[in-house]
Amino acid sequence: MIKLVALIPLFPLLGFLINGFFGKKISKNLSGIIASAAVFGSFAISVLIFIDLEEHKEVTSHIVPLFSWINSETLKIPFEFLVDPLSSWFLLIITGIGFLIHIYSMGYMHDDEGFSRFFTYLNLFIFFMLLLVLGNNYLIMFVGWEGVGLCSYLLIGFWFKNTAYNNAAKKAFIMNRVGDLGFLMGIILIFVTFGSISYDQVFSIASSGNHATVTIIALLLFIGAMGKSAQLPLYTWLPDAMAGPTPVSALIHAATMVTAGIYMIVRSNVFYSMSDEASHIVAIVGVATALFAATIGLFQNDIKKVLAYSTVSQLGLMFLGLGVGAYSSSVFHVTTHAFFKALLFLGAGSVIHAMGGEQDMRKMGGLWKHLPITGKVMAIGTLAISGFPLLSGFFSKDEILAHTYEHSKALWFFGMITSILTAFYMFRLLFLTFFGNFRGTHEQEHHLHESPKSMTFPLIVLAILSIAGGVLGLPEFWGMTNWMHHHLDSIIVHKNPSVLNHEKEWILMGLATAAALATIFFAYMVYMKNRILPEANDSKLTGIKKLIYNKYYIDEIYEALIRKPLDALSEVFKYIDTKVIDSVVDGVGTTVTGMSSLVRKVQTGHIGFYIFGMVLGIIAILFYTFIK
Amino acid sequence: MLNGIPINYYIMLSAVLFIIGAVGVMARRNAIIIFMCIELMLNAVNLMLVAFSTLHNDANGQVFVFFIMAVAAAEVAVGLAILSMVYRNFKSIDIDLLSRLKN
Repeated sequence: MIKLVALIPLFPLLGFLINGFFGKKISKNLSGIIASAAVFGSFAISVLIFIDLEEHKEVTSHIVPLFSWINSETLKIPFEFLVDPLSSWFLLIITGIGFLIHIYSMGYMHDDEGFSRFFTYLNLFIFFMLLLVLGNNYLIMFVGWEGVGLCSYLLIGFWFKNTAYNNAAKKAFIMNRVGDLGFLMGIILIFVTFGSISYDQVFSIASSGNHATVTIIALLLFIGAMGKSAQLPLYTWLPDAMAGPTPVSALIHAATMVTAGIYMIVRSNVFYSMSDEASHIVAIVGVATALFAATIGLFQNDIKKVLAYSTVSQLGLMFLGLGVGAYSSSVFHVTTHAFFKALLFLGAGSVIHAMGGEQDMRKMGGLWKHLPITGKVMAIGTLAISGFPLLSGFFSKDEILAHTYEHSKALWFFGMITSILTAFYMFRLLFLTFFGNFRGTHEQEHHLHESPKSMTFPLIVLAILSIAGGVLGLPEFWGMTNWMHHHLDSIIVHKNPSVLNHEKEWILMGLATAAALATIFFAYMVYMKNRILPEANDSKLTGIKKLIYNKYYIDEIYEALIRKPLDALSEVFKYIDTKVIDSVVDGVGTTVTGMSSLVRKVQTGHIGFYIFGMVLGIIAILFYTFIK
Repeated sequence: MLNGIPINYYIMLSAVLFIIGAVGVMARRNAIIIFMCIELMLNAVNLMLVAFSTLHNDANGQVFVFFIMAVAAAEVAVGLAILSMVYRNFKSIDIDLLSRLKN
């Protein structure tokens, strides 16, 4: 069964080729069905492989060689797939959620003229994402890494007639390049240090590397993760990436691609567990991002922007988990986050669909009765992300925070604040959108409708997963088995069992629950009881609200610190190019022309003159030869 | 000594003929005269060749002369044909008129 792993990326690739070449010739429905079927095929095989792995636990990792890829004297890189608990789990997330989102997209994108193009890109994305998690060496991961970046670019700029969307796409692409450079240097350093980039070989000899080198490797890889997973300071592309169609935001910019950085760090956990310094930096960047993005989320009015900042913030929490060595908890949170964030994005998509493209929450309100299914699933997603007891987010977030607590109380404190802020802005979103009075135009109110079945079906499935996802990682102090923890046991070198006593864990959990409930109540008081609405006029905001509403002016700061100096530098080079280099080149030309115009006068056209010259020449030669 | 005349005399005569020919080619503008001057130069060379051929009792020089005469005859045929075309186009055989290629 494991031999069939090559089929998993093959199906989406075929779907990509079919839709790419014949998409315009076949009907919309057919191209949507082909794309969804391709992903479903991958999902089915992923499930079979996963079951196979679970049944035969004696060997946990299987390397499936496909062909020899790069084969030179010093550099030998085979094209191999690695099937182990980590990659098989990511396969399930990617293909499972990918399939649901494909189904959803068939409804969401139905009236779009670029329908088949959309599915072409989606399938290509799934292909690269699968390559990223399946590869048995860093280079295959890098190929997948760049591929998903490309698809992200194509899908953010999907509606390419809008300049702002194109700019957002370019921003995402360029900002990711910064991180990718770090990743690439990390790979090169691994190769130089260990002589190989295959996981099995590198990790088996990783302990021989000296501490400083390993720290640098870990940090370089983390820079790559910062770009892809939108961490400080490279996060600004993700909120702008919301320019893409909503299913894209759900699939790429919430559930899968942005978690690639976490996958990479979990995969390389050998390096991180060897270097405390690198782990500390990961934890600090993670918690800083989580807190920072959560505060921005508080005052955003665009429904997708709120979710985008929430994603950045949750990714920060995952990195916090990685930084404190709770790798399996982070993977657990990746999973539950994929469930509820995909649900929230798709729900937001359903709202936007019903509102006829309106994304501003100030113009929504009272949608609960018009969109009953969407409203309910959104409420479930909001409860899950806020850490409402027994829903999926509750367990995963709690696990990360508990591990953080045993590591550092300060980090735990900031993590806790983040989760309080998260609960607040998510309920703000829910209340503003679904409750109160409708604030849009009459036309919009008339147009309101529940989305078609193809869109509500994935929502319901994701809602069930968001509720029940917690069973994957039940807390051990409850006397339950933490399945995720045992599942990933074999690939995590440095185990991180909880050292807290049960009493403390109960207190932490109680604190988190109390905080979440109190925050929900507070949000209820503000937005339901007192009906406080966000300021309708952006320019009237003052003080800290204005600062946060404008995202701390980070984009403007980057613009001033990086873009402006670069532009100025380009101007200097432009001057050198046009004035110095061009004038040298032109100078050569004019000199030759000038000299020729002098010499040209000799060519009179009078034959007698030429003969005279010839005779003179012959005489001169004779004179030279005989007289000397 | 050749037939009682020293070789120096032949050389001098040949050189004088050649120079007259060369100066003629340079100075004159009438194409026919230039042709005649070229013939003069060729024949100066021929004279030189036969003179030395006889001096050294070697027939090679005389064979050369026959070749030169044949080639000169062919050259004149071609040259006169060109000249007649020039005359048709320019109503003149002044070679200074043939300077249209410049500019």
